[in-house]
Amino acid sequence: MARLTEENVRLAQEIISRYPKARSATIPLLHLAQEQDGYVTDDAMAHIAELVGASPAEVYGTASFYEMFKFHPVGRYVINICGTMSCALMGAEDLMHHAEEKLGVRMGGTTDDGLITLERAECQAACTEAPCLQTNYRYSFRVTPESFDALVDDLRAGRLADEIPPHGVVARVRQHIPADRGAGVHAPEDVKSAPAWLDGKAAL
Amino acid sequence: MSAGGTNAFAPGFYEGNRPRIVTSRFGMEDSHSLGRYVATGGYDGLRRALARPAQEVHEEVRSATVLGRGGAGFPAGTKWGLTPQDVWPRYLVVNGDESEPGTYKDRLLMERDPHQLIEGCLIACYAAGLSQCFLYIRGEMALAQERVATALNEAYAAGYVGRNILGSSFSVDIVLHWGAGAYVVGEETALIESLEGNRGMPRLKPPYFPAAIGLYGQPTIVNNVETLSNLPWLMVNGAAAYTAIGTPTSPGTRMVAVSGHVRRPGVYEIVNGTTTFRDLLFGEGFCGGMREGRSLKAFVPGGGSAPWFLPDQLDLPFEASQVGPAGSMLGSGAVMVMDDTTDIPKAALTLTRFYAHESCGKCTPCREGGTWLERILSRIVDGKGTDADLDQLLEVGQSICPGAFPHASSERLGISAVPFPYRMNTICFVGPSAYAPVHSALTLFREEFEARVTKRVHIPVTAVGASR
Repeated sequence: MARLTEENVRLAQEIISRYPKARSATIPLLHLAQEQDGYVTDDAMAHIAELVGASPAEVYGTASFYEMFKFHPVGRYVINICGTMSCALMGAEDLMHHAEEKLGVRMGGTTDDGLITLERAECQAACTEAPCLQTNYRYSFRVTPESFDALVDDLRAGRLADEIPPHGVVARVRQHIPADRGAGVHAPEDVKSAPAWLDGKAAL
Repeated sequence: MSAGGTNAFAPGFYEGNRPRIVTSRFGMEDSHSLGRYVATGGYDGLRRALARPAQEVHEEVRSATVLGRGGAGFPAGTKWGLTPQDVWPRYLVVNGDESEPGTYKDRLLMERDPHQLIEGCLIACYAAGLSQCFLYIRGEMALAQERVATALNEAYAAGYVGRNILGSSFSVDIVLHWGAGAYVVGEETALIESLEGNRGMPRLKPPYFPAAIGLYGQPTIVNNVETLSNLPWLMVNGAAAYTAIGTPTSPGTRMVAVSGHVRRPGVYEIVNGTTTFRDLLFGEGFCGGMREGRSLKAFVPGGGSAPWFLPDQLDLPFEASQVGPAGSMLGSGAVMVMDDTTDIPKAALTLTRFYAHESCGKCTPCREGGTWLERILSRIVDGKGTDADLDQLLEVGQSICPGAFPHASSERLGISAVPFPYRMNTICFVGPSAYAPVHSALTLFREEFEARVTKRVHIPVTAVGASR
């Protein structure tokens, strides 16, 4: 396990081809690896390093900066409860205590059945709908202890399997640039002149 | 669609009876589809732009004074003009890494009207001669990523993006890129670092603008999602119609999220420059006042980084030239409201913890100072602080921002305002932002801190441990 599958290598190459420099694809490829395995494995990082022309340490250096990447297995569902000001003003702390009791784990912990990892998160950009949480980056708004319990029960019963993909999958839609429609990607050093539509006149 | 209720398709958004430039489609269920977009005038702005020389389009945007909506408020048309002559290629990087506490409008714009953003990107690229666009969306915004990806796929298939757009010589690719969770990446040079595949740490300045040296060392324009979303309307209606809304220095509209202890927390598109905080917090078309039986204690006027305001400042309009001298900033369009039940030291801690957590670690005053502010504040909130801690907080703050730090005036306290901005010992605003809530809370509500801490009795050294 853990190097990118053949299908994912194809996707990775398509993503890389959209950038003037392959290194720019590092974060999208790390997401691809996490989508494949649920977390980012050492083998996947080594593979990504080969694909983008970096060292595994450089890829790990990048990956470890970002909160969303996990380097150990986590639950199928990661529940992030926001604790920043707007949510805190509307009772996020009580919600976190309730969540810990309901799931029987502390913040950062995973339930024994491996289904749910609970995390304390920072502002999730839904401040008027406080307190809010995300389950694998899908929102629940104005969460109460009752609605939290209902969410957990639904997750356990598999009732949200269609709406919420397993951890690692963020966007379920991928961009595709059709070969006959793309404007073309050029390394910056290969471009010497102003784009054609400026018609020889310099932009302001 | 009613003027009074929340929007069925964008929870939290209220339409109201006001001019709407960027949210005009929010009430339509399929507002994110190409069909609906085109049926409601979508891509007309691009057509009109392409019919004119690029320089003229740039001039139109410049004369409209479209202020940047990401936080700094720098006019987009001016920013586009900062690129060095004859250096090619130039890039557009769209900042959709919205993460400032209290802020969300870019997320709604991406979820509800992605084609409007795409059209805005195209107009910017055409006007400023930018040959590739990278649309950077915050990693945690799954729905926004899906909606923008779908919209881009539709737009490519229909010939709005890519090679020879609408049959013209204008060709540009828009590449969807997404982050992985790091607040600091919203800083434009950190955004570029992240886009190059690195840790998202801000770059040393100068150069102050990536327009000089940006992505891959090339001239790069970084614009916010809301800023670009204004451009299609501007191209159709013209700069004169745009500046007819709002004031000459703050024209058009802006989106503001109001959260916290108000009756109707929500996102509102308001008229820039003239709408006051009182209108927004107490107006019937807006938040409708405080929760039942409660009164306003304080509010954060421009995102978590902004120094706080008191009820004394309610009559200020959304106008930077007035909010700055009053001691704060408009930032990213986010107001967080605290009523009289609020535990002020604890509220400040929720923000300081955020910035301490999000420090990238590059600058020592922020990395160490932010952490110390959080620790000291935590022990005060836990009832384990001493009165010496209060001075310690200010001392740590001085190492991040030397000199007088901005704050509001207060009639009750008999203090006058210290104007924005501050001096800083860090490359970016994360460090000062960790200090802002501490400084505001301590300056405006010192008694709440003093009630929490143990008074230290100073015993002269000679009286201790006499060895005789």
